[in-house]
Amino acid sequence: MPESKHIEDRRKSWESGIVKKVTDKNPERKKEFMTGSWIPVERVHLPSITTDTEYSEKLGFPGEYPFTRGVQPTMYRGRFWTMRQYAGFGTAEESNERYKFLMSQGQTGLSIAFDLPTQIGYDSDDPHSEGEVGKVGVAIDTLKDMEILFNGIPLDKVSTSMTINAPAAVLLAMYIAVAEKQGVSRQDINGTIQNDILKEYMARGTYIFPPKPSLRLITNIFEYCAKEVPKWNTISISGYHIREAGSTAVQEVAFTLADGIEYVKTAIKAGMDVDAFADRLSFFFNSHNDLLEEVAKFRAARRVWARIMKEKFHAKSPKSMMLRFHTQTGGSTLTAQQPDNNIVRVAIQTLAAVLGGTQSLHTNSRDEALGLPTEDAVRIALRTQQIVAYESGVTNSIDPLAGSYLVEDLTDKIESEVWKYIDKIEEFGGMVRAIENGFVQKEIQDAAYKYQREVESGERVIMGVNKFTVKQETPKEILTVDPELRNIQIRKIGEVRKTRNSEAVKSYLDELRNGAKHPEVNLMPLILDAVREYATLGEICNVLREEFGEYQESIVL
Amino acid sequence: MKKIIRILIAKPGLDGHDRGAKYVARALKDAGYEVIYTGIRQTPEAIVKTAIQEDVDFVGLSLLSGAHNELFPKVARLLREQQADDIIVLGGGVIPDADIPQLKASGIETIFTPGTPITDVIQFIEANRERVSR
Repeated sequence: MPESKHIEDRRKSWESGIVKKVTDKNPERKKEFMTGSWIPVERVHLPSITTDTEYSEKLGFPGEYPFTRGVQPTMYRGRFWTMRQYAGFGTAEESNERYKFLMSQGQTGLSIAFDLPTQIGYDSDDPHSEGEVGKVGVAIDTLKDMEILFNGIPLDKVSTSMTINAPAAVLLAMYIAVAEKQGVSRQDINGTIQNDILKEYMARGTYIFPPKPSLRLITNIFEYCAKEVPKWNTISISGYHIREAGSTAVQEVAFTLADGIEYVKTAIKAGMDVDAFADRLSFFFNSHNDLLEEVAKFRAARRVWARIMKEKFHAKSPKSMMLRFHTQTGGSTLTAQQPDNNIVRVAIQTLAAVLGGTQSLHTNSRDEALGLPTEDAVRIALRTQQIVAYESGVTNSIDPLAGSYLVEDLTDKIESEVWKYIDKIEEFGGMVRAIENGFVQKEIQDAAYKYQREVESGERVIMGVNKFTVKQETPKEILTVDPELRNIQIRKIGEVRKTRNSEAVKSYLDELRNGAKHPEVNLMPLILDAVREYATLGEICNVLREEFGEYQESIVL
Repeated sequence: MKKIIRILIAKPGLDGHDRGAKYVARALKDAGYEVIYTGIRQTPEAIVKTAIQEDVDFVGLSLLSGAHNELFPKVARLLREQQADDIIVLGGGVIPDADIPQLKASGIETIFTPGTPITDVIQFIEANRERVSR
């Protein structure tokens, strides 16, 4: 009789013996126990990996296929993850000051938050921008703003992540142009653009163009960077916002990897060799409160992606199979009630990300359910990462939760559920079709609705919201943005328009329009030309809007 | 017979955070109201147009980007200009307490901040049933 059978028998007698004796007298708190995303968990889990072959297939070693245990051979024993706080608000001047503050506090990478008009390709003086300028991030209209944003920050010394999607090509071009002005070659700059349009359609909302031209722009960036900006992460395929929109952990991984599949397919179709770009793909996940489920989620994501790249796309380079990812703690888990409790939530989520092997991390500030984070709150958030890094000891051995019966079972369970979704999306004909059909949005919404219903009924406990509530205290300090800001930006655009070479701007915009009409043209160099002459973000995006059209949301309720 | 109340849930501005708006829309539908949802990225003008065309009794505005001080009052003002200010406007989202008095003064009847149970929203609608039934 194999050993596992023996354990299974012992478990049965344990259940019918002392467990029953206790539960007859004192029933457990609930009939069924589940993770935060409704994966059932048992009273105790038992070993599921029992042979060397199973170990090698499922786990392997850090830095080796299927990368379940991590993408690097030494992980945090070599160096810690990049501590990268997402920041930006108001004018380029104000944001530049915040970046310098964060770097003085030990932050090791920049992460730029743009305001919504910038993210949707509207200048600050566009009527659509009313009320939104400088609110959720910094307002960038021209190269001039970008020069101020990175003033005194040497672009050959920092790595910069930019949360920009539909107009990613324009902001990347501006970054390259600023680097050139600093005397830094584009070959040497290092960073990431989010550049992930598919999740904008399903969850985040800052789309401009329809899927086809959007995917063309993304592929143009892949091609351009493979030659010209080799250290750049050309996309950050994001599950973060899918989870924020209310998805389960399984859906977060499944829809993100299905988006990844779509991008890889598109680039291959455009004639690229998979190993020429796949090593520059990066990912971005959320970290929520259910610690062990989250750790399993990150491990499962690595394993599934490695299999996709190897088996589906026949990548040869191990680097093409590695799922490298950034993590942000879960914004939607923060509460406006008793905001100091959020510090504890963020600490748990930080542990989950680190135990899950993240490459970089943003920790949310306790006051983000109320408004923009204050400097004090940002400092505590950064310190939370530093305490986990320097004091907790979890960084000393790689993938320390491997071999936990529960964590391994959850990893397997998440993997198999993810494959089911991926197959289903393939049946639709890929992610674009699945979005157009409304399938993905509906899946996310149903999960979000179920979650909120549980909160309303009290079945799901949120401290300070539906349990242990206190009379609401007014928060001490909230950061606000000057409503005059839009006028300041409008004046700045006016000055740029007066001093730039308008002939050159016009001719480069005409060339861009012409390029847009021809699908075989790579638009990246044309955008770079226009940006260098101080064409505005809105002017460039409007040319493309006229040529490509605009995406219309399919409303699913 | 009790009047069937019609509600428009709308997302003004450029903010794409629609989880809350969609939840409220669906929960109100489940509570027996007729609910229309605009989708994201609507101008105040478009929202007012839909509200009048659809002959709604309430408009619920949702914003998490911080543009509420500009866009909520604008919706209320446009409704007044169209003589449609019998429509009751309410708001929700990440709205600092300090902003609420001026929003109310501009014609937003009430503001629901994060963590509000849906029963509070339903209570508000029922408390105003008489007003919209006239």
